[in-house]
Amino acid sequence: MKAPNSIPQVLDVTSIRNQFPILNRRVKEKPLVYLDNAATSQKPRSVIDAISDYYTNYNANIHRGIHTLAEEATMAYEATRHTVQEFIGAAFPEEIIFTRGTTEGINLVAYTWGRQHIIPGDEILISAMEHHSNIVPWQILCEEKDAVLKIIPVNDHGELSMDAYLELLNERTKLVSIVQVSNALGTVNPVKEMISAAHKTGARVLVDGAQSAVHLDIDVQDLDCDFFAFSAHKVYGPTGIGVLYGKKELLDSMPVFQGGGEMIKEVTFEKTTYNDLPYKYEAGTPNIADTIAFKTALDFVKEIGKASIREHENNLLDYATAQLQQIPGLRIIGEAREKVSLVSFVIKGIHPQDIGIILDNMGIAVRTGHHCTQPLMKRFGISGTVRASFALYNTREEIDTLINGLQKAIKMLL
Amino acid sequence: MSKKSIIETEQEIIDDFSLFDSWEDKYEYIIDLGKKLPLLEEQYKTEENKIKGCQSTVWLVASYRDGKVFFKADSDAVIVKGLVSMLITVLSGHQPDEIIAAKLDFIREIGMFTHLAQTRSNGLLAMIKQMKNYAIAYKTIQGIEQKQ
Ligand SMILES: Cc1ncc(COP(=O)(O)O)c(C=O)c1O
Repeated sequence: MKAPNSIPQVLDVTSIRNQFPILNRRVKEKPLVYLDNAATSQKPRSVIDAISDYYTNYNANIHRGIHTLAEEATMAYEATRHTVQEFIGAAFPEEIIFTRGTTEGINLVAYTWGRQHIIPGDEILISAMEHHSNIVPWQILCEEKDAVLKIIPVNDHGELSMDAYLELLNERTKLVSIVQVSNALGTVNPVKEMISAAHKTGARVLVDGAQSAVHLDIDVQDLDCDFFAFSAHKVYGPTGIGVLYGKKELLDSMPVFQGGGEMIKEVTFEKTTYNDLPYKYEAGTPNIADTIAFKTALDFVKEIGKASIREHENNLLDYATAQLQQIPGLRIIGEAREKVSLVSFVIKGIHPQDIGIILDNMGIAVRTGHHCTQPLMKRFGISGTVRASFALYNTREEIDTLINGLQKAIKMLL
Repeated sequence: MSKKSIIETEQEIIDDFSLFDSWEDKYEYIIDLGKKLPLLEEQYKTEENKIKGCQSTVWLVASYRDGKVFFKADSDAVIVKGLVSMLITVLSGHQPDEIIAAKLDFIREIGMFTHLAQTRSNGLLAMIKQMKNYAIAYKTIQGIEQKQ
């Protein structure tokens, strides 16, 4: 690939950057270059203000009070549910369950649907590129139920082998739990096809949307996935809040997860009846402030438009990939045809951690290590990578800074 | 010539570092220490000798002679290796009690470990703990030997 020397102007990045206060800060006396967006994205002023506005003006517990503050808080909280419904194309608002994040969403399914449906000898199918959050809950379940965890292999480009997938699917497969976009490789998996194949054999499908929600247009009805989990903090929203989407009839028929306030209809010491969806799965006082600010984040994304954001990020990715390929000894890990917004790489003879430390001294934030995907690293015969991941506020100049930083790091370390 | 105390060696390192005025110089010095640290023989690179940080691996081996503890170490990351090298310079060849009591203030004083020491991303703290654990173990042996 020939390195383009500029990238087209799709977004007004200057005005976008002005909305992210943190981008003005300096790190080690240098302007911050934040390229760790796959770990968590930065937050626009509107999101930060929404949190503060809630606590300043209408902090109250939701759903229970009859006073004005409680009503305002409840309305704002439920408004987020509707925005999320629209954001992922769910059929009903009650299919949107608020969780702490992707990890909790996956665990919720493992502990409820999983314990209800998985029996000895059943198979759960995941891929070799899963985040630990989409491995460990299933391992725990399989161990408990004497079920078998099967792994869809990844090829040298960092793509799932579809042939192997179809071969692994069989009538014992009860669940396929699969990442839509790999946080370590950037690979976009063909989840729609995979879901359709799984349904043919009667398996349910959970999609880990932690990385995809911010980059791709999500339509859970079109995908026809049974569950979809993601986290607000990777979509310019706050930490500590996320979503589990589930098909209504499934969620309705599943056992409860945590017991407590909010999730009940009536409690007596003899028997408790449970609340309807979605409250059945939202025990206790939820994270009200962050849920409310989550809507602000989704509105922010919607206003700019995912298509433009994606185009900008893809331009950054192409530019960064072309520039990185010029560096001697650098090997990109993850060269799938379909990728979004992040590039992972290793440099011959240098430990990723050393590169991360040197880059940090230049104000450049990248991620180094195994990215919570140890089995995947093992697949590629490495202990970790350096990962640069882009967001809508990143610029070509920042990638130039990264490339210069890398050249300097290599000079110091080799 | 008697061996310098732990505090004296720490002070020397602090003095060395005070001469550097850029982060590049400091890191180049550490990287150089890392590269110069004698390689650990392969036979010592065992699971048992591994100190697992989150990202880099450190192997640490200790031995005990004439009432003193000696350390050897290696790492797959060169900056961490430089740090190990400094710890070895400071602690190796001292008596268990001295090692156990060492505060290792130089780590903070040289002003570059702030985030290194705190994240789990390297085994620095684990390394110090392991060195002290060896000292504690040898102190027990020392006690037993003295009783006999
Ligand atoms: C692909 C993927 N799955 C799951 C997670 C876990 O998300 P969270 O930590 O927000 O629960 C992440 C976060 O890094 C991820 O990238």
